[in-house]
Amino acid sequence: MEAQAKVQRQMVRLRGRSYVAFVFVPTVPIQDWLQEIDATIARSPGFFAGRPVVIDLSSVDLSQAGIGHLLTSLQDRNIRVLGIEGVDEGRLTPMMPPLLSGGRSCVVEPTAPKKPEAKVEAKPTSLLLESPVRSGQTVIFPEGDVTILGSVGSGAEVVAGGSIHIYGALRGRAMAGVNGHTSARIYCQKIEAELLAIDGFYQTADDIDEALRGKPAQAWLQGNTMRITALN
Amino acid sequence: MAKVLVVTSGKGGVGKTTTTAALGAALAQRGDKVVVVDFDVGLRNLDLVMGAERRVVFDLINVVQGVAKLPQALIKDKRLENLWLLPASQTRDKDALTEEGVSKVIADLRSRFDWVICDSPAGIERGASMAMRFADEAVIVTNPEVSSVRDSDRIIGMLDSKTVRAEKGERVEKHILITRYDPSRAARGEMLTIDDILEILATPLLGIIPESQDVLRASNVGTPVTLSNADGAPARAYTDAARRLCGETVAMQVPAERKGFMDRLLRRRAA
Repeated sequence: MEAQAKVQRQMVRLRGRSYVAFVFVPTVPIQDWLQEIDATIARSPGFFAGRPVVIDLSSVDLSQAGIGHLLTSLQDRNIRVLGIEGVDEGRLTPMMPPLLSGGRSCVVEPTAPKKPEAKVEAKPTSLLLESPVRSGQTVIFPEGDVTILGSVGSGAEVVAGGSIHIYGALRGRAMAGVNGHTSARIYCQKIEAELLAIDGFYQTADDIDEALRGKPAQAWLQGNTMRITALN
Repeated sequence: MAKVLVVTSGKGGVGKTTTTAALGAALAQRGDKVVVVDFDVGLRNLDLVMGAERRVVFDLINVVQGVAKLPQALIKDKRLENLWLLPASQTRDKDALTEEGVSKVIADLRSRFDWVICDSPAGIERGASMAMRFADEAVIVTNPEVSSVRDSDRIIGMLDSKTVRAEKGERVEKHILITRYDPSRAARGEMLTIDDILEILATPLLGIIPESQDVLRASNVGTPVTLSNADGAPARAYTDAARRLCGETVAMQVPAERKGFMDRLLRRRAA
């Protein structure tokens, strides 16, 4: 009994602390807006993880059920909503996050997304190989361009997120722009390739103009067709 | 300082075993102490080419597994004082080659010989990878045809990545040996040229061995071609290659078609 009395007597200390929260402003149609959120998550997974999120409903007119649905949709994406802004309190149920007001915008948003970008920049965006790529070897570099000082042997494979530069003969396969980078190109000093591909569009040795064989050439995408021309 | 040399190619039938025997004999003739090791477990041939098939008691697998001691398995050549053979087992397969066991055998051979020449089986599987694993240098045997050249390219890639030296960040010194080079076919443009091969493989050339009946004859009588007909073109080409391996500078002889007066007069023997 005495112990309980002590607990009751303890002072309740209230401290103020401010946090920077992301403010989501959903727009109609909500479905499209959610897709935009999905795209952001796909680009940088974990972007919203552990960050406080507030939704501002001032630009949409949602019913109580609509708000509930939006909240569950966000929860499904592992986004936990801390509070709601810009809506009449009557539309919120006690189970929903509390209504907030008096928020001030700050400049944190531009700096916050920079952090993951800086991490990406720390990784090299190009790969330089100073020896030939031999038959049976595979070079995969989805992060960017690949430069090879030497030849790519028949039966070898070079896969790059960006462009491929070969200072030697290309006798194997070269696949550039594998992550949907349509402006990627393949350059080589001597084209004898088995297969060339840019962003999934490919040509095999048979499709390559016989007159180009053994010459310096480049391949690029023009719409949905691959163009291979002499490099001079 | 002992050197471990692997004779390899990827493709079968290009002349690895012939080359192993011929280079081994040529190096031994120079006075170096040489052992040729057959890694083609299950399909051994080196003992036949060396003419030692009737003297095999213990083999590489026995030594790898510790059943026999190395000196028990080594077979001394009858013609050359300092040439030895370590045969492969015919009854086992390549899975019997453990990395640890092969490592021990190679280390032991290093302490006893100047040259340890490993005859690799064809392919890129266990036998071939074990043969090249501990090599300091490699002779890549290549025929002047596209399939052989591509396989050689593949093997060079493995030598640059799967050997102990490569894993330590060191280099395996590589040499291309072109075998079965037929000057008359080359003149007609039916084979890849030497320049084509070297351009594709981007590796220095050790020698060019002409296509010759001498090679087949030597294999059939169980004598390394460098010993059976020492004056023949293949024997001289192998001897030159061995001298280059030892660091000598020897001018490269590209076999040319011989069209002497008598050749033209007596072109073909009538049936």
